[in-house]
Amino acid sequence: MKKNKKGFVLFKRKYLCIPYGLFLVLFIIIPILIIAYYAFSDDTGALSLNALVGFFTSWSKVNVLFTSVFIALQTTLLCLLIGYPLAYFLADKKVNKNAVLITLFVAPMWINFVLRTGATRDLLTWMGINGGNAPYLATLIGMVQNYLPFVILPLYTTMLKLDKSQIEAAADLGANPFQVFYKSILPQSVPGIVSAFTMTFMPTMSSYVISDTLSEGKITLFGNYIYLDFANNLWHDGSFMAMIMLVIIGLTMFLTRNSGKEEREGGASW
Amino acid sequence: MVKKIIGQCYIWLILILMYLPILVLIAFSFTKATNVGVWTGFSFDLYGELFQNKEVMVALANTLIIAFSSAIIATILGTLGAIGAFYANKKFRKAFEFVNQIPVVNAEIVMALSLAIMFAALPSLLFKTDLRSYWTLLIGHVVLGAPFVFISVKPKLQQMDPSMYEAAIDLGAKPHQALWKVTLPEILPGVFSGFLLAITLSLDDFVISQFTTGPGLLSAGDPKIVTLSILVQDKIKKGPIPPVMRAMTTIIFLLVVIGVIGVSIYRNYQAKHMVSKKVRRV
Amino acid sequence: MANENCIISLQGVSKVYNGNTVVDDFNLDITKGEFVTFLGPSGCGKTTTLRMIAGFETPTSGKILLNGEDITVIPPHKRPINTVFQRYALFPHLDVYDNVAFGLKLKKIPYEKTDKKGNKVTKYRHYTPKEIDEKVLHALETVDLAELESRDISTLSGGQQQRVAIARAIVNEPEILLLDEPLGALDLKMRKDMQIELKEMHKKLGITFIYVTHDQEEALTMSDTIIVMKSGVIQQVGKPLDIYNEPVNAFVADFIGESNIYNATMAGKKKVRFLNHIFDCIDDFPLNEKVDVVIRPEDVILTKVKEDSKTDKVTGKIKTKVFKGVHYEYLVAVGKAEVEARDTKDRTIGDFVTIEVEPENIQIMNKELTSNIYREAWINNKNQVVIGEDPFDCDVTQLLKDSKIDEDGYLVSHDGKKYDLNDADVTAEIGLDKVELIDGFDNGDTNGVIVSIVYKGDHYQVMVRTDDEEDFIADTIYTYNEGDQVSVKVKKENIRLTLKGDISKYEKE
Repeated sequence: MKKNKKGFVLFKRKYLCIPYGLFLVLFIIIPILIIAYYAFSDDTGALSLNALVGFFTSWSKVNVLFTSVFIALQTTLLCLLIGYPLAYFLADKKVNKNAVLITLFVAPMWINFVLRTGATRDLLTWMGINGGNAPYLATLIGMVQNYLPFVILPLYTTMLKLDKSQIEAAADLGANPFQVFYKSILPQSVPGIVSAFTMTFMPTMSSYVISDTLSEGKITLFGNYIYLDFANNLWHDGSFMAMIMLVIIGLTMFLTRNSGKEEREGGASW
Repeated sequence: MVKKIIGQCYIWLILILMYLPILVLIAFSFTKATNVGVWTGFSFDLYGELFQNKEVMVALANTLIIAFSSAIIATILGTLGAIGAFYANKKFRKAFEFVNQIPVVNAEIVMALSLAIMFAALPSLLFKTDLRSYWTLLIGHVVLGAPFVFISVKPKLQQMDPSMYEAAIDLGAKPHQALWKVTLPEILPGVFSGFLLAITLSLDDFVISQFTTGPGLLSAGDPKIVTLSILVQDKIKKGPIPPVMRAMTTIIFLLVVIGVIGVSIYRNYQAKHMVSKKVRRV
Repeated sequence: MANENCIISLQGVSKVYNGNTVVDDFNLDITKGEFVTFLGPSGCGKTTTLRMIAGFETPTSGKILLNGEDITVIPPHKRPINTVFQRYALFPHLDVYDNVAFGLKLKKIPYEKTDKKGNKVTKYRHYTPKEIDEKVLHALETVDLAELESRDISTLSGGQQQRVAIARAIVNEPEILLLDEPLGALDLKMRKDMQIELKEMHKKLGITFIYVTHDQEEALTMSDTIIVMKSGVIQQVGKPLDIYNEPVNAFVADFIGESNIYNATMAGKKKVRFLNHIFDCIDDFPLNEKVDVVIRPEDVILTKVKEDSKTDKVTGKIKTKVFKGVHYEYLVAVGKAEVEARDTKDRTIGDFVTIEVEPENIQIMNKELTSNIYREAWINNKNQVVIGEDPFDCDVTQLLKDSKIDEDGYLVSHDGKKYDLNDADVTAEIGLDKVELIDGFDNGDTNGVIVSIVYKGDHYQVMVRTDDEEDFIADTIYTYNEGDQVSVKVKKENIRLTLKGDISKYEKE
């Protein structure tokens, strides 16, 4: 640090990040280190693999992990199937000239998430789909309903950037509409798909409120276990499962690290 | 032409499906039945009851207080952080951005759990007991919002002419004056959208709230701040959404509609303003 | 150093970034009221030097004195120096008036006050709105913008923005005005007008101007003193005319104005041999010394002759002709070499002419033989550098810091700008020890014949002449004979490139 003659540290703009830097260390890095510690220690504070052994020898916990991954994949896939054409139409000037429409797809976020979930549940119950007779279907509907905006935003951002002349060139060179889609539009939108995938898959995997509410407690997901362990003061087991989540997230981020970063940030800063 | 019709039909179909639960809730806010789907005659009674319902009103007030205070803190921290990191050297900036990205990509429940365990593990020496729930909730919501403020300010800094700050210093401004008078006005749109995002996330949040205000955290007898999402979750675990909350949903929905219209008017205005500026330049 | 008129003095100033020396032991005194220009190609350290004077950078070593006082570590806002930035850096959220008033509103001025006890004390106050008003209007009048005070910055043309930037700086009445390539963003006509205006403004204000540019014409037009820089080192300091007429080395000669530069050998007392001919000159160097010769195009005297006429003068054939208004510009082929000449007479392409130069117009400069320098090199569409007619693989990313090549072959800067370097003129430099000689033909990048061998104690210095008359000088420990045919190879990383002119002109839209 450069000092002036009086010994004061000369101001530099980079020093402005000190408060936020401290905040990040205190409330993001340290908490994660703490659960990492809890995940691999026992009540006496000594290092221990109890939580690890406990997790992998518990059939129900491993089973829940796979169920969660399975439901998350299903939800994400359904969201992509519904959201992809939607984003395409929204970004196509010939179909939609109104940029406000995209805001409408994000606006439900302003109505509280739990309230939305409750509303969906009440509606489904009225329609005869309830936790009693179709817990799985109800959960899936609730998930898709809730996470659709997360898919639409990144896909929409990518669709806006599609190279129109390339699509026209493909059509001009004799590709039929299917080929145009397969050869030109789809490859161009891969970054959007990747980031839509990561933005939906993670939260669905860890969500527990939707499944809890819509299946009326019949479907238990990974998030439920983490919450229950925490609520029942089983911090070591809860922390270990959180570490598993972290590892899965880290792996997904690593595998998709280059594609879709821009879309993710673009989507985040609408 | 066919494509246009199909496309528009599709867009509106999905939009209606997305809003259907809310719309049904709104429709049944004008009748007093306990369950959605039962119509016992038109009335505005629920609206009257809503404002009499102390539980809901307190939760609403808590939610708004937390949302605004956390968004303001998140905006200040995130903006300063973005400026600082932007002008630091590359290695440090990359590391900083990486840590900032953790809560963005991380599952909410992991962040929530880690914060809750840390708060619980710390003895209550940090905060006065009677305010503890408020502080932990507030910190949780700042963790939620600040990274997004950081992310929305960053591109504005990248777009800024780097000489602008130097020009202000050159003209005799002290560093804090240059930041306040030159850098801030330039990045203001990013700061503003970051603030909006922070508010949105806070209003929508349930998981962080549940963990950072929840029972496992506080020793018995401590007051626990109840936000709207915690209250709603508590109610819907036991049965349908309470009738008064249908009325509340209607009001929130109206506010959202007004907000969306406001945003679109603002955007149109902005677009036109830009065009007219460009025209004048030519 | 004790010069009373010296306003700013740089003493042994160096700046090192991450191990790169950008400015190297810079020593300079600038006289009060002068118009001084730092001239050099991009990356020569001129802007860094300016930024150190402004206070945006702190020298790694050395001192900067303002009126004899050390200001090396004083922050910019405390220096009586103001800057006009390259892209103006106007504040877009403020209108013209507020941009100009920015500095004034911040400034505190001392005034004397008598306190209750009758003592005189110095207090500080801000300017009053009325004072600010007067000063701003005056500054705007100076730059001819008086009626635009309430306009939005974005509604102004480039030239008007430029004027606001100048007004914003001079309104603070600085002792020194720094101008960092301020005319770079303007079109040609605007530039010419602004050059004259700046010069007049300098006279009117009477303060010191320090101007940075890579445009030699701008420097020659406006400056009292020019400092030519290359790779962070001062090459020459002097008045425009001196620098033009008596460049100290080939770099300066090449950079300032059009010039013919030849490798030459001293062929006797005040005689120099180049273009296969012995010319009289007025400089004296030891016999057989390798030197550089500079001849300005306007000093070349052309005389028309018949094709087969016998003459002992240099003859050549007119290759190209360009009408430049007052004169014509000719390129005359003399054997494989070319001579650029200016002449008012209209000649025909294909005509034969003799070439003469007055002895005093032949500028002879010491040659530092440390590397092969090729000033006529250019980049081809494969991002290779072409020397003579042979392409060599090279690393063009060295032309721009932190850049890379994308898959289409464009140079991409760290902030995403694309540059198309195809046909870009460059100077290529290859160290003598970096030229590899390989026996036989077609084993390297080009082929040539060894024309001279000099024994240098522990190694030989070999000159290889290629088919297209380029000479490669190589240090080698192997013995060759004159007349040997060899291949020449240079590793990609051993070719140093310098772009002629600024990289911005290659930017792809």
